Amino acid sequence: MRGFASISALSRHFPRSHYVLARVAKSIPVFLAIAVCNFILLKLAPGDAADVLAGEAGSATPEYLAALKSQFGLDQPTWAQLAHYVGRLLRLDLGWSFRNNQGVLALILERLPATLLLMIGALGLAFILGAALGVLASRHVNGALDNLISVVALLFYATPLFLVGLGLIIVFAVHLGWLPTGGLTTVGASYTGLRFAVDVALHLAMPLVTLALFFLALYARLMRASMLEVFNQDYVTTARAKGLSEGRITVRHVLRNAMMPMVTMLGLQVGTLLGGSVVVETVFAWPGIGRLAFEAVMSRDLNLLLGILLICSVVVIMANILVDLAYAWLDPRIELAR
Amino acid sequence: MTLLAIDDLQTHFFTRSGILKAVDGVSLSIEPGEVLAVVGESGCGKSVTAFSVLGLVPNPPGRIVGGSIRFEGRELVGLPARDMRALRGDRIGMIFQEPMTSLNPALTVGDQIGEVLVRHRGFTRRQALTRAEELLDLVRVPDPRRRVTEYPHRLSGGMRQRVMIAMAIACEPKLLIADEPTTALDVTVQAQVLDLLASIRARFGMAILLITHDLGVVAETADRVAVMYAGRKVEEAATARLFADPQHPYTRGLLGAIPEVADDDPAMGRDRPRLSEIPGMVPALDAMPPGCRFAPRCPEAMPVCRTAPPALRPAGGGVAACYARQDDRPSLEEVA
Repeated sequence: MRGFASISALSRHFPRSHYVLARVAKSIPVFLAIAVCNFILLKLAPGDAADVLAGEAGSATPEYLAALKSQFGLDQPTWAQLAHYVGRLLRLDLGWSFRNNQGVLALILERLPATLLLMIGALGLAFILGAALGVLASRHVNGALDNLISVVALLFYATPLFLVGLGLIIVFAVHLGWLPTGGLTTVGASYTGLRFAVDVALHLAMPLVTLALFFLALYARLMRASMLEVFNQDYVTTARAKGLSEGRITVRHVLRNAMMPMVTMLGLQVGTLLGGSVVVETVFAWPGIGRLAFEAVMSRDLNLLLGILLICSVVVIMANILVDLAYAWLDPRIELAR
Repeated sequence: MTLLAIDDLQTHFFTRSGILKAVDGVSLSIEPGEVLAVVGESGCGKSVTAFSVLGLVPNPPGRIVGGSIRFEGRELVGLPARDMRALRGDRIGMIFQEPMTSLNPALTVGDQIGEVLVRHRGFTRRQALTRAEELLDLVRVPDPRRRVTEYPHRLSGGMRQRVMIAMAIACEPKLLIADEPTTALDVTVQAQVLDLLASIRARFGMAILLITHDLGVVAETADRVAVMYAGRKVEEAATARLFADPQHPYTRGLLGAIPEVADDDPAMGRDRPRLSEIPGMVPALDAMPPGCRFAPRCPEAMPVCRTAPPALRPAGGGVAACYARQDDRPSLEEVA
């Protein structure tokens, strides 16, 4: 009863909280289904952590291999391993990374902030800059500016990420020496406060721009198309008949309605970006989830990989809830079901 | 002084397949407080004429290539965009055919009405919302206090058209252009909206340019009627006169196509004569016949009709562009 009362108190202060709680509850089965699929998929791939460790040891005997396997529980039948895994998940225990000799959750939590910083920063930049360029292009349809924006945006979209990254490193780190080549902070320096933030920002600049440039094209083109569509709506003619200027019509009547497809795209790309960051994190030695996942794959660190995939699915599910909230905020016709 | 004088207006559309002369030499005039109806089939250029007045014809492809539009003695053709914007929504209000799509779904009703007052009268948002509430009451929207804060999707088509009207009359314009204001509405709602327009006109003394294809609407509201066909005006007369004694064969055809329902008809339509229709189709804008544009469909067409377009001349108390109806009929030689 007390829990109930506190929920209704919560919903008084945050009218959407009921909806959010319901959505979170509904996503638990989805979350478990994803976990089971991940597990089966990874089990289908040949090789496990014991094989890799034994291989690296060089002179591993079959007995050593068998000992490793039984130590990791890899000698159990698959279904037993799965049951064990799901049981652990329900206790919010993501397991142990045998490779890193560290708890999976701790390992991920250590790396997650760096990836989230990169991801949110890059998506935010691509979204805002893309929206601005899209608006600009739509106001000069088929003109020189429109074509220039399209060409430049598509050029970055078509160029492989690592190439853009390496190009930036050569120009800004090697030749100009303005920015560090990689990493999250300056090695050996122990800055605090503002100095620390500036240090991270300098390290963040290139990986963030590299990722953002890739997604910029999508947002710019989408915004342009969306703006053009909304400009043809009857209510824009109504706005003109009121005597409003084109600038005011764009900002007040068109922009908000043109944002809907952009928000949809944003939600979809949160998932893509977690994958896309593997390349960028590797190029810029960015200590994030992407690189951790890559290392986990190479060393067949199944527990770690499963943990990362799971955390990613949590991020995606949360992003979807946020997108639905944004819909309801942007378009009053959309009402959130209880 | 004449409020609005349109003289020999030509609005053309420059498309890839050629020049479409949507409005090709139309002249209309409206006195202060008068209701002028412009009727005709879809594509006859009546809406383009209305949009031309406010400079709302999409350009490209559309452009006013000739003629003049004088509003309160001031030339509107070629008026700088800034001056035209100052007129729109202030001296000239406009309402449209589709109330369902003419309101922005993302803004409240109050903000959309108030916007006009903020733009033209320098109201603050708060003042504008208060006035919007009064305007909603004026256009007979029930519970205006609640409605100002609501979004358009909560309102029915009829209510939305009332909101559009409130928006158009917010600055008490001298001229209200109504482009098919009742076409998208249910018949019962149509009557209410027409009634509302009539009472607003009486209250503010504004003139109305009513664009419609519905002669029933015309009969109820207009003082004078101009009939358009294929980009030209073919007849104009006072409403009662036009209905009593139509001159142009096209006008007769239009009137013949109105169904009549007699309450005391015991046969309930079984033995009544078949509803007449005008045979043929409106000619395509890029394939106009050289003479009278109605000649290919006209039951009374003569050889002269196919050679040169007839001019508007006095006929039956109004004017008509028809060789067969003119009081001083020209000879064939004169035309040639």
